Amino acid sequence: MNPTIGVIVFPGSNCEQDALEAVTSLGADSKLLWHDSSDLGDVDGVIIPGGFAHGDYLRPGAIARFSPAMESVIAFARSGRPVLGICNGFQILTEAGLLPGALQKNRGLKFLCKPVKLNVQTTNSVLTSQTTKGDSLTIPINHFEGNYTCSDETLKELHDEDRILLTYEDNPNGSIGDIAGICNIERNVVGLMPHPERACHPLLGSTDGHPLLHSFIESSRS
Amino acid sequence: MSEPVHRTLGLTDEEFEKIIDILGREPNHLELAMYSVMWSEHCSYKSSRIHLKRLPTEGDHVLVGPGENAGVIDVGDDIAIAIRIESHNHPSYIEPYQGAATGVGGIIRDIFTMGARPIAIMDPLRFGPIDDARSRWVAEGVVSGISGYGNSVGVPNIGGETVFDETYIGNPLVNVLCLGILPKDRLVLGQASGVGNLAVLLGATTGRDGIGGVSVLASAGFGDDEEDAEKRPSVQVGDPFEEKRLIECCLELLDAGLVVGIQDLGGAGLSCAASETASRGGVGMDFDVTAVPQRETGMEPFEIMTSESQERMLAIVNPENLEKVLLISEKWEIRSSVVGKVTEGGQLRIMDGLDGPVLGEVPAISLHEDAPLYDRPMEPPTNLATRKEDTPEGHLPEANDVSDDLLSLMQSQEWITSQYDSQLFLNTVAGPGSNAAVLRLKHPVSGKDTGRGLAVTTDGNHRWCAVDPKIGTAMTVAESMLNLACVGAEPRALVNCLNFGNPENPNVMWQLSEAVDGMAEACSKFNIPVVGGNVSLYNESQGNNIDPTPIVGLIGVITNLDTPPPGVSWNDGDRLMVIGPPPKGLSGSAWAFARGKRNGHLDQVDYQTHERLCQTIRMLVTQGLVTAIHDISSGGLAVAVAEMAVQSGVGCSLARVPDIESMFSESPSRVVIAVDPEQMQSVEEIIHNQDLPSTRIGLAHGDKFTIKGLIDIELSKIQEQWEESLPRVFESGTTQG
Repeated sequence: MNPTIGVIVFPGSNCEQDALEAVTSLGADSKLLWHDSSDLGDVDGVIIPGGFAHGDYLRPGAIARFSPAMESVIAFARSGRPVLGICNGFQILTEAGLLPGALQKNRGLKFLCKPVKLNVQTTNSVLTSQTTKGDSLTIPINHFEGNYTCSDETLKELHDEDRILLTYEDNPNGSIGDIAGICNIERNVVGLMPHPERACHPLLGSTDGHPLLHSFIESSRS
Repeated sequence: MSEPVHRTLGLTDEEFEKIIDILGREPNHLELAMYSVMWSEHCSYKSSRIHLKRLPTEGDHVLVGPGENAGVIDVGDDIAIAIRIESHNHPSYIEPYQGAATGVGGIIRDIFTMGARPIAIMDPLRFGPIDDARSRWVAEGVVSGISGYGNSVGVPNIGGETVFDETYIGNPLVNVLCLGILPKDRLVLGQASGVGNLAVLLGATTGRDGIGGVSVLASAGFGDDEEDAEKRPSVQVGDPFEEKRLIECCLELLDAGLVVGIQDLGGAGLSCAASETASRGGVGMDFDVTAVPQRETGMEPFEIMTSESQERMLAIVNPENLEKVLLISEKWEIRSSVVGKVTEGGQLRIMDGLDGPVLGEVPAISLHEDAPLYDRPMEPPTNLATRKEDTPEGHLPEANDVSDDLLSLMQSQEWITSQYDSQLFLNTVAGPGSNAAVLRLKHPVSGKDTGRGLAVTTDGNHRWCAVDPKIGTAMTVAESMLNLACVGAEPRALVNCLNFGNPENPNVMWQLSEAVDGMAEACSKFNIPVVGGNVSLYNESQGNNIDPTPIVGLIGVITNLDTPPPGVSWNDGDRLMVIGPPPKGLSGSAWAFARGKRNGHLDQVDYQTHERLCQTIRMLVTQGLVTAIHDISSGGLAVAVAEMAVQSGVGCSLARVPDIESMFSESPSRVVIAVDPEQMQSVEEIIHNQDLPSTRIGLAHGDKFTIKGLIDIELSKIQEQWEESLPRVFESGTTQG
């Protein structure tokens, strides 16, 4: 049976259909989950997609974490099942305390939409299990607040525990340690600023999103 | 001595008399305020309507032509595309961020009003020179506003073009085009019907922002700085999150079949929405001003009726469906209030409570159809004949090294376009910086890929139009056609945004009329229907009118989108070739204007040759015979080839480009192609069979950029200028504000 991926929709989400299209094209079943309901149904994995959940006039994700769906996502994550936050989803996961650190405004104070090169640092996560360490992946970024930051202790932990999944080859936003994506200690909750769903079709310039989303779908299966 | 009220609202004495005729009495202040916004140049097109009638509007694929909120065309597979272009020039000069942001918001509402989901935005922008601090401040604010609003509301920005030029120093142009997609059977028109149906106001509260935006701001030129600053409250303030929820809410209401008609609130606010829905449906409306949720206390009825507060829609709802409408609104956290009722008879009555006193009463239709229509005096410039004789080629400098001439014309716009989300919805096959933007065409309901594509381009060239507004505009249409051909697309429909100066100046009216003639001629010859447009007049400051700047947006269809169309990047070893007639003249070229040579004349577009060229290009592109392709337009052959070189990272050496004219001429119907040597024979056969002239000009190779006898420099030098010219000035920290 195909795993079912649930995609959480906040009123200001805008990448939910894209996430759905990408995981469906890779063979998963998928459905949208409205933020105002705590019922996740019987999904096998959860994606929190990109966008501007509640307009993000405050800090991105600061309001989203109070949605009923997020309580369920936290419980879902604690039960060890896979959760992926892309872009705004990554911001929401840090606000919800499922991932450490925070995303601040880009160095240069500009929104940036462009393809970037990422290096795979570890294959030990629900997002990178089907990749090879050292792989270079071309995936677009699309954010104003993607400049990852954390305390020195956290950075050391992330390093020591092999929890930095992806780094930028040419840091576009000032992220500490060139960090593009990380995971939690249990390695089932992952967040990244680049958009793998935007790199899943040959007509769109890159299919390097495939191994990442494949990893996630496979992790949801087990 | 104080001026009569109607004049301070922008109405002339004759217009005031006409209102008295219609009503049979003097209007009260509320009624006068409504007429003043509805009869403004911006809303009524009173100076341009008489000319716009000459544009061809009919075609096989046209579902909705000009006059509605957006044009709609049939693109097959039961899919329709809504398209519109608008200007937000004046607000953007006064308050760049909000002016540009609300321009995006406004056009998106026009599109989903038709039942279409907005899927793409493009922004043709024009600013003063980048060495002018105020122009940089405007440009930076406008780009941030488009980025801030568009990215958040969730509509990708897939192209457009930005030009910096002296002519826009006191009056920038901020045009915005939007595309929407809908299943053909969901098409809705903004009209009220069914006496007893309710008018429901959806979205944001109504405040004092944007009062008189269409009249005092959009329909007058700019004077001194102090006066201009006072217009700032006439600029609206945008909230993309409200708009995002409004889009989803309205599309859900339309999908569920719960509304009879729907209309966005843009220029002239409730006055426009209430009277337009009523008059289109041949009915009247009782409108309760007290039921309108207000952002501030103590608002007068005239303020409520003319406010241009953003993110609002007026839906016409059968009372039986009201409950369901309110529920869906609640889900999307959208405020909804019953503010009126459809009535018989055609009168728009503004009431203090639906059972309360009538505050104002006018025939709904009179706000639109009785708007004045002017045939303003037109006159060509008195020195036109001598100007035509004075061509730039007449006094050319001795050319030996022209690398600086080329470098000064090289400018990547990535600093601007990388601030826009260009990829949302996973459709963008070719985005900003391409010959034309290319989108995958997916069915709006099933999401199924049709295997076909949409292509869109926006083009405009004020230099050509300054030299000859008629031929310049025809050349602009031709350029758009060629841009679509370069991605393998057949044109389907055109929209235009006519940006001109003060229509009370006979020279400006002459420019407008000539431009319309040029567009009408080109569109008729190419058989392209015009499905919508916008006219922006009074683009002047301190008595100086901008160069005429008609912008066209052209949409086409790609029959088979299996592989991405060729871009501008060539491979080492490719042969380079120009297809099309030899270059002719430098009049209107960027090279000439940069040297103050603004005179001369343009040659008529050879429509037959151009059509044949476009067909041939489509053939070459769809058969996969070219590696790279670029049309020759602003900056001429030299800039076209240099742009290809820098973007491929491979240099070239060219011959048979003997002089400045052949490098920088912008004469129409020419294109550069790069061809793998093995395909050369097939390519030349096709070109020959089509009876088109062509010239082999050289080879893509190495890391130098060489044009025999004229230029010999490292490619990296052009690359640096190309990449750094905008970041250098914008990131140097010298802008104001």
